[in-house]
Amino acid sequence: MALDKPYADIPGTVIFDAEQARRGYHLNMFCMSLMQPENRRRFLAGERAYLDAWPMTEAQKQAVLDRDYNRMIALGGNVYFLARIFATDGQSFQHAAALMTGMTEADYVKMMLSGGRSPEGNLYCTEPDRG
Amino acid sequence: MARISAGITTSHVPAIGAAVDLGKTAQPYWAPLFAGYEFSKRWIAGHTPDVILLVYNDHATAFSLDIVPTFAIGCAERFQPADEGWGRRPVPVVEGHPELAAHIAQSVIQQDFDLTVIHRMDVDHGLTVPLSLLFGQPAAWPCRVIPLAVNVVLYPPPSGRRCYELGHALRRAIESFDEDLDVQVWGTGGMSHQLQGPRAGLINQPFDRAFLDRLIREPAALAQMPHIDYVRLAGSEGIELVMWLIMRGALHERVREVHRFYHVPASNTAVGHLILDNTE
Repeated sequence: MALDKPYADIPGTVIFDAEQARRGYHLNMFCMSLMQPENRRRFLAGERAYLDAWPMTEAQKQAVLDRDYNRMIALGGNVYFLARIFATDGQSFQHAAALMTGMTEADYVKMMLSGGRSPEGNLYCTEPDRG
Repeated sequence: MARISAGITTSHVPAIGAAVDLGKTAQPYWAPLFAGYEFSKRWIAGHTPDVILLVYNDHATAFSLDIVPTFAIGCAERFQPADEGWGRRPVPVVEGHPELAAHIAQSVIQQDFDLTVIHRMDVDHGLTVPLSLLFGQPAAWPCRVIPLAVNVVLYPPPSGRRCYELGHALRRAIESFDEDLDVQVWGTGGMSHQLQGPRAGLINQPFDRAFLDRLIREPAALAQMPHIDYVRLAGSEGIELVMWLIMRGALHERVREVHRFYHVPASNTAVGHLILDNTE
């Protein structure tokens, strides 16, 4: 019997479950390597060559080169691992979050200062069956 | 005998740590947040425990995807602040309490909770930011700290009910330790936040406020809340709040609320903070 995954019905959200973790194992382990200062330096000096040392898919490597975090997450990345990439770029969680929403960082900060993204209309991909 | 004198909850946003480390706490963006901890700093100066059992989650720092323990207890003499990619935080080394930690591990495992025992690990912002919020920037942390790491990164985390029941087991473990120690249990993380995808930035103030109320007054009922409610209503990272139920389960059924603070935002996150007195 397939596992119940009710979280598939949350809009704009990928839950990092065992299936995603399997898909993203090498991508996430590449990210872990950036916890070493020497590796951060080597990565920034030649991103493509550094990525080629990891058994990641071409799509995963391209998403890293593009800093396309939504794509990395779709391909099995998890934001706490991906944080090593934007940390290496000298960026914050707020910068990365803004990128993923498609907003400018200034607009995103403004949204957060006025209370954040409202739950209203953001809880279900499909309206819950009220019948 | 050891006793649990108080429970504390607080969010552990990394940007809060950066604000402390970079001297930005008085800036207009951060001042209202740190004002909410002024009372707490005074309070804890008069109620500094011997040991804090600090429940937090590792953020892909000590635990990669190679091994993901659901519950792990730090039994080492000391724990270094981790380099999470921005360099190590300039905070003191965390001194552990190996004797009490080993006692807790043995007692809790014999109560059917399978803790992973850790003798070497670095601790990330999940553990050090709460210490900075309560103690500021001392040359050394004023007490020992036992890290209790909970997996909330790889879904599914433990259920709220299991976390609450782990709290009960921790209380029995601590209260059966022979040395006369004042112990606080801290639960960290949360409140509502989502750091990923087009829905990033989700904040749910009614959810958070109800969670604070129910954690104090009806924790057993709150512990029944399923995972889907956390991730849907409080954001994919809001599920960290299950860790607060471990703290609550370690306290008496009735506790006295000493302090409450709630603030939006710290970076992407709603910040919640409670001090609960457990001595009455």
